[in-house]
Amino acid sequence: MRALRVIVPPLAVLGATLFAAPAALAQDGPSGQAMVQTCYVCHGPDGRSAGPVPALMRGQKEFVVRQMLDFKADRRPATIMNRVAKGYSDEQIAAIADYLASLK
Amino acid sequence: MITTRRAFIAGTAATAALAAPMLARAASGAVVVIGAGFGGATAARHLKKLDPNVEVVLVEREASIVTCPFSNAVLGGSETMPGITRSLDALKSAGIRIVRGEASGIDPQARSVRLADGSRPAYDRLVVSPGIDLNFAGVRGYSEAAAERMPHAWKAGAQTVLLRRQLEAMPDGGTFIVAPPANPFRCPPGPYERVSMVASYFKANKPRSKILVLDAKDAFPKQGLFQAAWQAEFPGMITWVAGKDGGKVESVDPAAMTVKCGFGTQKGDVVNIIPPQRAGAIVHAAGLTTDSGWCPVDPMTFASTRAANIYVVGDASIAGAMPKSGSSANAQAKAAAAAVLASLAGRPAPSPALINICYSLVTPDYGISVTDVYQVSKGKGITPTPNAGGLSVRAPTDLGERKLEAAYARGWYKNISADTWG
Repeated sequence: MRALRVIVPPLAVLGATLFAAPAALAQDGPSGQAMVQTCYVCHGPDGRSAGPVPALMRGQKEFVVRQMLDFKADRRPATIMNRVAKGYSDEQIAAIADYLASLK
Repeated sequence: MITTRRAFIAGTAATAALAAPMLARAASGAVVVIGAGFGGATAARHLKKLDPNVEVVLVEREASIVTCPFSNAVLGGSETMPGITRSLDALKSAGIRIVRGEASGIDPQARSVRLADGSRPAYDRLVVSPGIDLNFAGVRGYSEAAAERMPHAWKAGAQTVLLRRQLEAMPDGGTFIVAPPANPFRCPPGPYERVSMVASYFKANKPRSKILVLDAKDAFPKQGLFQAAWQAEFPGMITWVAGKDGGKVESVDPAAMTVKCGFGTQKGDVVNIIPPQRAGAIVHAAGLTTDSGWCPVDPMTFASTRAANIYVVGDASIAGAMPKSGSSANAQAKAAAAAVLASLAGRPAPSPALINICYSLVTPDYGISVTDVYQVSKGKGITPTPNAGGLSVRAPTDLGERKLEAAYARGWYKNISADTWG
């Protein structure tokens, strides 16, 4: 930030504030967006699958939460999703569903 | 934190106008990405997707990418070379500048990359995804020249075609030797999928043939699933010799087509030597590796712990519990892209989301999988989430499910390819 501090005072002040926050203050876990982006390796970019893996349901928060919780509790059988869903807390599943619901 | 030249210019220009546009432009900068494989192409695409203002230059030696995933299916005859070749055209359409050439050096002080043609693209942040180099000297008697007789086929391309031709030319009743290396290496279940795909080909075309696996290791991923499947699908065809039982290959004689191991000297009609590996050459010259031959990184960001402003993703990185796979590289690249943009904007790095999805085919209709969702912390690094992930269940008993996983393996390939190269 050396150069900015000298030449661009407004940004330097902002920058100093941001940099004062140590990395440890970053949120505890990944965002819904970051988690959903990892789904794309199987479900396709933005969840648009070229098949035969099912596409991700966008704009359907309650449906996604229910499916993921059912996978997690082995109430809905699947090949791999039971093992994957167990990797997320209920709060993370809600965040995943929130982000998916926001996708057009 | 050192201000980049471009951010400096953008900031100065913005100050002359208004304070607000400065914020909007704060994340812009120039990012050079080395390597257009799973890690590099994903990083480039993701950077542009998250911030269309960032300038992304992708340096790649080849005109197109031949993927290692599904190259074993090519060896078995159920996939073709065009089927595993990915164009870079969609990356160009996404606004990424592709520079065709070999990166021969990195200058961390000047923040530029040296290309073989003498040009020196400059970066604010650099993402390096060079994949692997083969350590031919790791097996006595083996060399790049020897690989023309005894292919490694561990970088997909001409070597894949060569090994396939040799398998096609092999007489029925011949012996195919496969020699996997010690850990760590690219695609840990890959040698055993290869054995399976070739066994499928032999079963249909050369049923009296044998496969001898001379392993440097005492165990391998999905071992129970693979071995149960081998017994069911290819009874008597495959012999696996663990390192502790003398499987480790000590030397090879390409002229005689023999392999010497603790188990004695074995002659093969076709011999596949998979030598030990290390990160791609570029990172060694730049001092980004440890003595292990791989690159230490901050597990939260994939920033090199050896040089500022440089991130290493994919096979070349030391990524805790994550295996060296295309799926790992894709996830790591997204985490690194988000960290790069945060760094350019002066924000703290967001927490990464890391996952690995790995399918293997035993036959074209018999798929198995392993997956992990990872937890990441500064202290413990990258570790699997307890009580999650793991191997295919109901295997090998449920052949319907094995067929479904084989279909999903092909679906994974289509979708990860689209996510990576567009």
